[in-house]
Amino acid sequence: MSLTLSQPATAGLADAGRDDASLRRFLHGLPGVDQVGAEARAAALATRSIKTTAKAWAIDTAIRMVDLTTLEGSDSPGKVRSLCAKAVRPDPSDPGVPAVAAVCVYPDLVGVAVEAVRGTGVQVASVATAFPSGRAALATKLVDVAEAVAAGATEIDMVIDRGAFLSGRYLKVYEEIVAVKQACGSAHLKVILETGELVTLDAVRRASWLSLLAGGDFIKTSTGKISPAATPPVALVMLQAVRDFAARTGEVRGVKLAGGIRTSKEAIRYLVMVNEVAGERWLDPATFRFGASSLLNDLLQQRHKLATGAYDGPDYVSID
Amino acid sequence: MTDQPPATPSAAAAPTDSSLFDYAPAPESRAIARLKPSYQIYVDGAFRDGRGEAVKTINPATEEPLAEVAEANAADVTDAVAAARRAYQGSWSTLPGAERAKYLFRIARAIQERARELAVLESLDNGKPIKESRDVDVPTAAAHFFYYAGWADKLGYAGFGPNPRPIGVAGQIIPWNFPLLMAAWKIAPALATGNTVVLKPAETTPLTALTLAEIIAECDLPPGVVNILAGGPSVGQALVEAPGVDKLAFTGSTAVGKDLQRSAAASGKRLSLELGGKAANIVFDDAAIDQAVEGIVNGIFFNQGHVCCAGSRLLVQESVHDEVVAALQDRLRTLRLGDPLDKNTDIGAINSAAQLARVRELADVGEAEGATRWSPACTLPDRGFWFPPTMFLGAHQASRIAQEEIFGPVLTVLTFRTPQEAVDKANNTPYGLSAGIWTEKGSRILWMANRLRAGVVWANTFNRFDPASPFGGYKESGFGREGGRHGLAAYLEGEL
Amino acid sequence: MASSKGKAGSGAAPASRLAVRKTYKLYIGGAFPRSESGRSYPVTDRDGTLLAHAAQGSRKDLRDAVTAARKAFAGWSGATAYNRGQVLYRIAEMMEGRHEQFVAEVRAAEGGSADAAAAQVDAAIDRWVWYAGWSDKYAQVAGGSNPVAGPYFNFSLPEPSGVVGIVAPQDSSLLGFVSVVAPALTTGNTAVVLASSERPLPAVSLTEALATSDLPGGVLNLLTGSVTELAPWLASHRDVNCLDLTGVDPADRVPLAQAAADTVKRVLAPAALDLAAEPGMSRLAAFVETKTVWHPLGV
Repeated sequence: MSLTLSQPATAGLADAGRDDASLRRFLHGLPGVDQVGAEARAAALATRSIKTTAKAWAIDTAIRMVDLTTLEGSDSPGKVRSLCAKAVRPDPSDPGVPAVAAVCVYPDLVGVAVEAVRGTGVQVASVATAFPSGRAALATKLVDVAEAVAAGATEIDMVIDRGAFLSGRYLKVYEEIVAVKQACGSAHLKVILETGELVTLDAVRRASWLSLLAGGDFIKTSTGKISPAATPPVALVMLQAVRDFAARTGEVRGVKLAGGIRTSKEAIRYLVMVNEVAGERWLDPATFRFGASSLLNDLLQQRHKLATGAYDGPDYVSID
Repeated sequence: MTDQPPATPSAAAAPTDSSLFDYAPAPESRAIARLKPSYQIYVDGAFRDGRGEAVKTINPATEEPLAEVAEANAADVTDAVAAARRAYQGSWSTLPGAERAKYLFRIARAIQERARELAVLESLDNGKPIKESRDVDVPTAAAHFFYYAGWADKLGYAGFGPNPRPIGVAGQIIPWNFPLLMAAWKIAPALATGNTVVLKPAETTPLTALTLAEIIAECDLPPGVVNILAGGPSVGQALVEAPGVDKLAFTGSTAVGKDLQRSAAASGKRLSLELGGKAANIVFDDAAIDQAVEGIVNGIFFNQGHVCCAGSRLLVQESVHDEVVAALQDRLRTLRLGDPLDKNTDIGAINSAAQLARVRELADVGEAEGATRWSPACTLPDRGFWFPPTMFLGAHQASRIAQEEIFGPVLTVLTFRTPQEAVDKANNTPYGLSAGIWTEKGSRILWMANRLRAGVVWANTFNRFDPASPFGGYKESGFGREGGRHGLAAYLEGEL
Repeated sequence: MASSKGKAGSGAAPASRLAVRKTYKLYIGGAFPRSESGRSYPVTDRDGTLLAHAAQGSRKDLRDAVTAARKAFAGWSGATAYNRGQVLYRIAEMMEGRHEQFVAEVRAAEGGSADAAAAQVDAAIDRWVWYAGWSDKYAQVAGGSNPVAGPYFNFSLPEPSGVVGIVAPQDSSLLGFVSVVAPALTTGNTAVVLASSERPLPAVSLTEALATSDLPGGVLNLLTGSVTELAPWLASHRDVNCLDLTGVDPADRVPLAQAAADTVKRVLAPAALDLAAEPGMSRLAAFVETKTVWHPLGV
């Protein structure tokens, strides 16, 4: 007996977004997620022990995956420039520390960031679409995107309409993502699901697939403005979604975990999860990001400890 | 490296590779086990060398000797039984339950205190990954002592009448797959109900039981209440036949269980048996597929498949067979086989050369019967007893690998079309220990659970154990329950 | 002549009318066949007076009885406990209706006074009622949810083991019989029972009461004959799940219990049967399996 196993047809996916009924059928036809089982798997992956060379690689990889973020009402050009300096050179005393993947700011500060990181390879990501609530007319959201793109953002982090999703108006959510993707031009689009509001893992799975079908380049957990944000079981489900999507379509989309990830230990656990759930293709900033602010310094401190053998202190890492 | 039938052993011990993110070795320290050059049996409150053969117990992952144990002989068995009888008639059966409870609480606490030491020792002697001995075996063993401690002074409320009495001296024989945990499962309820114990661990895994003896001694349990021997089948036989033993409890193979039942029929001893299984793990088309895959993997590869209740048959609905098998293969490729003391190891060593030979033999039978064998690419260490996680696809109900217990990391995959067919195939076996059901439909879970002839039914989960949860089989998987209120019955007068 | 003894309470003057003698047959699958072997054997009272010829069951009859019991198991164990209780209670009604018949038969079988026989019959009927009431309650006492240390709903419940082979007590022809049969049935098992070799007649009359109750055919099957001849076949039969050796002399039990070990049958070999004492629950527990079910608690 041969081991050729049939692959699910990719043809069906194009039709899924044709109308609300098709989309609902597709999303509701996805396998359910058993919460306890998913939590158990996530917890089991957290018992992996990552030491020495593996740890060093993981720390540097995590640094390279950081979207260094400031999203406060009090943000100013000065603050953004300071953030960008840190993003480009996380440890002033050690040029060996890699730069982060991107900085993430509000649309009206994109211009400042673009100037500050010019020529460094660090990307500028902007939130948009009435972040964080998403409660505004589509037209308003699209203007938000257009201005960020015009200011030079190469990555757009949009929010989905959670109210529409939770009330079953999937097509509205879908069409908004399609419209935003169009407005992005060549910028890549991350779709924030705000998983803390979706609550169930079944909803996270459906929202992930909906966003991927609509053309999102990345699916992202959270705005970072509410709790819970990124959690291991949520990350598990989202990594499974991009893995399964790739298996079905050949397209490799990305995952960004944002909100509440403060320690290297957590970051490394997530890398283990990426490794064992999605696979090696996702161990790269092109396909995986951490949206964070304080995480970077913890990564640096762990890096110091590996190098010196001694526990580090906060005075030895710069604030941004 | 492409997947194929198991690779020939090579020089380096390495798990399945991940070249980008290679986990560095993360070995638990062997020194924590405080391994001694030799271990002694524990009789009548004292440690002594058994008067039988001196045997070296080896580490199945490396074949190196760990320690020497002078096994018991028939005279030692007699001494132990006599000591248990004296203790029973002397202090133990009249001691108030509340006092017995406190001894059991002490033992539970002491196990927790020495948890790490016991976990490393267990992995060295048994071959199971440290992750399992640390996270499952040792904590659950402590939990059993905690749980039964609390029953010791409440027996009149347990549903066996107002004043249930113990039976007397319990002879207990346990297997090598969960050495410490099986000792806890046996000793805790026996003591809580007021019996005294002579326990024989398996010949290949004596160390944690003999260390438990040290713990028991340090808890100042009166001499003779618990006696722990060491040795093989002849010691077990002597215990089974000893006139001073009132009650036998056995966990092991069905074949030996039947011998014991015949012997107990002649001697009139009370008996409880926990024997083999060939559990069906049933996956429906509406299952939460990713969690079902976890449950399948856990079901058959946890503890290298050396589990009586292992989900050794996958019954997958035909309509999702390919999807589930593909997901399973992906998942198996992430399993790490290797040094049991490495914290990242998922699959450890087979416990003995004899067991490895049996697993290999039955795997060869599977191929001969026409099933398709598949294993992920896996480098086996060149020393020690190893077998890669293996699936047989395209197997049928009428095949030995679907009927016989292999007791190794081998999964037999079959299909079904309807719930009734799943039930019929699952029940079509002389065994009846456990079963798994994976579906998101609640009514179907209960319908299936109702019809599966198995003592433990895991729905949307697998291999969950808890001291409050009764465990045991239907049919040739044995009789009697361990755990929960039901677990008291085996050690009380007047119950079956 | 035995004629008048089989017609207690007929009211007819003994010598003036010829009695219609009863044929005591086997009870298998709800029907009353003779033994396929064609054999019968004489049953006498304590003084040696012939009471009747009872069918002498063969191993093939036993085989057929086990087949009938297995066939009836799905329906009986699948009925609601309430339904089983109702059926068992109706059997008690039928027994009560035959009260005088039973008193006469018990007295003929065992001797003693009419009062003693009546007391035994009363006790047998009351015990049957007692067990009928357990049907929809036993699970509540023996089962329940288990507080496991994790996000799981976990419950244990008793299920019937299957086909129970029972050797009824040799001496107590009705109360003893009821004491071993009723508990097996109320928990949902089906049974193949070997009646007392020497005192089978009250049991056979009980099966007549069963046939006029709502008990489905095959739930209880009765074989009369030589226990010594039939018990080994019961013990070794691979489709029998449990073996109750109450009616076997302790000196003779070992080979039967050993034969039962071939299929890991649950064997009940109690020290003694105290018929006067309240039975307690151990006979109910003897022929049930405890099934424990786990399910995650999650959204």
